[in-house]
Amino acid sequence: MTLKLFLQYFWRDFRKQKKRATLTVAAIVWGTFSILMLLAFGEGLKDQLGKNQRSLGECIIIVWPGQTSIPYKGLPRGRRIHFRPEDVELIKKSIPEIWRVGAEYSNWGVDVVNGKRVFSQHVTGEYPTYEFMRVQYAERGGRYLNDTDMEFKRRVVFLGYELNKKLFGDEPSVGQTVFIARIPFTVIGVGQNKQQMGMYGGPDVEKATMPATTYQSIFGDKYLDNLVIQPRDAETAELVKSRLYQVLGAKNQFDPADKQALSIWDTIENQKDFSKMMLGMQIFMGILGGLTLLIAGVGVANIMYVVIKERTKEIGIKMALGAKPQTIHNQFLLEALLICFSGGAIGIFISQLICDLASVVPRDPTSSMSWLGNPTISLPIGLITVVILAIIGLTAGYFPARRAARLNPAETLRYE
Amino acid sequence: MSSNGTMVKLSGVRKIYDTGKVKVEALRGIDLHVRRGEFMTLVGPSGSGKSTLMNILGCLDVPSEGTYEFDGQRVDRLPVSQLAEIRNRSIGFVFQNFNLLPYSTALENVELPLVFRGLGAKERRKRAAELLEKIGLGDRMEHKATELSGGQMQRVAIARALANNPPLLLADEPTGNLDSASGREIVDLFENLWKAGHTIMIITHDPNLPMRTERTIHLRDGRLEDGAAG
Repeated sequence: MTLKLFLQYFWRDFRKQKKRATLTVAAIVWGTFSILMLLAFGEGLKDQLGKNQRSLGECIIIVWPGQTSIPYKGLPRGRRIHFRPEDVELIKKSIPEIWRVGAEYSNWGVDVVNGKRVFSQHVTGEYPTYEFMRVQYAERGGRYLNDTDMEFKRRVVFLGYELNKKLFGDEPSVGQTVFIARIPFTVIGVGQNKQQMGMYGGPDVEKATMPATTYQSIFGDKYLDNLVIQPRDAETAELVKSRLYQVLGAKNQFDPADKQALSIWDTIENQKDFSKMMLGMQIFMGILGGLTLLIAGVGVANIMYVVIKERTKEIGIKMALGAKPQTIHNQFLLEALLICFSGGAIGIFISQLICDLASVVPRDPTSSMSWLGNPTISLPIGLITVVILAIIGLTAGYFPARRAARLNPAETLRYE
Repeated sequence: MSSNGTMVKLSGVRKIYDTGKVKVEALRGIDLHVRRGEFMTLVGPSGSGKSTLMNILGCLDVPSEGTYEFDGQRVDRLPVSQLAEIRNRSIGFVFQNFNLLPYSTALENVELPLVFRGLGAKERRKRAAELLEKIGLGDRMEHKATELSGGQMQRVAIARALANNPPLLLADEPTGNLDSASGREIVDLFENLWKAGHTIMIITHDPNLPMRTERTIHLRDGRLEDGAAG
């Protein structure tokens, strides 16, 4: 049978049972919509969470000094380990797999003052490498600390986004002076606003940051609080960690096998776990959506059985006039597919519309809504949905169509 | 095949319906020869097996036992798709209740056998229009089946039966649902078709119809009573 003729018959039948046909298609629309929305919001959430997670730093390893737990070269256990600025240079020189190294000092409850605005804040002294490792990017018109600031122990400060707001409101702050521990500092930059999923020592948006050398000369700290290391390749993280125990162990006199001498936070591992978790979540959402669509498919199959019962006479007439079983089979299979794909097309259209709307609606980056990110119907999501629709259409059509094709023409003609 | 060859040859045909609990023997050994170009009537009371015989003759069903040669070809064991092809090309059906597709036009109904034969749209239309013209329904082509009278519907059905110009026409109570005037018109039409060379078999219980055909056979309790061997 030609396609045009088939469509003509289909349309005629559709109009005869408008309400029933519309409801059947609506079920598929709803199923498609559910699966797409779940997957699209899942994708948006994944992108946003990924971005939030990377706001601590991408592929970094954070190292704190610990306490020895194994006696070493006659020294007892329970010794505190300390990091000094020369350790940073040593690590950089000794481990070629490392791309960047930085370190920080930090102090809580330091007065940061702009005129009458006085706040007790978290103040850190950082290495310039933090800009890239810890995603300390400056907003337009400012900059982060650089090597010259370090070398000359300049009294310059980089303010976190929220702290800058508290100190200056909407006024421009770069080039202005703030007092930190009663010493004047020039503001050289303001950090970009960021949602930070992983953190230690408070969010970056609340910090005031100065060069590590400046910090050391003002506050006189003997030891660094922690180190931050970025390997050249995420795959070498394990190697870098074991080399770290060797290099720092030799320098600070502890056993390289003494795991408690250093306390390490490997965010690379976290990121891997995170990807796995997100994939799991997306599969879960896909299954939920798929089940909704499956129920719609059961509806289609059900309706197809009813349609075939109603049109038994028509099937009989066609068979008597020479329609082959295959022709009858194809007709009903195609009808089920047509229902599924027209419903699917409408569902995809509505979902895309909602995704577009969701990305247009303005959201405050600090509000809970912003954690949703932008729902996205990516190409794989679209393809998965179309494949599921096709499978459901074929399954929903195949069994009723097979029943229709197997009808006995002599009995069918008697059917009233 | 010569014009006087055998169109239909049934030998020892039995049909047993097995419903699981009971077995019903609808046909109990039918031997029947129908020559090409014959105009015959099969008469029998209800329950005599008329419909079963018509289904087997029309390749809508297959016998449980016995053989059926149609136009020189054994068809009693053919697969369903080949039976469909024979119905399409070689047999035209006319039913008591017309069996038109109600929401299709007269033209579309007549086109249907041509669709299953795989003819192109233009050719189908031309052939269907010709047939309707010939049968006196040229002005009703675009009418839906439901908009036609009983006599008109039966004429559309006859035009449809003739669409692929089949050698055999099978009519099951073709006048059963018609008033006597329309019924006569239909019988006249069959007569004309017979004169034009079609083999026609009318199945009926109407005692007036047999008079007009060449040959009448009677079916009772699944057996032919007389004149069967032909």
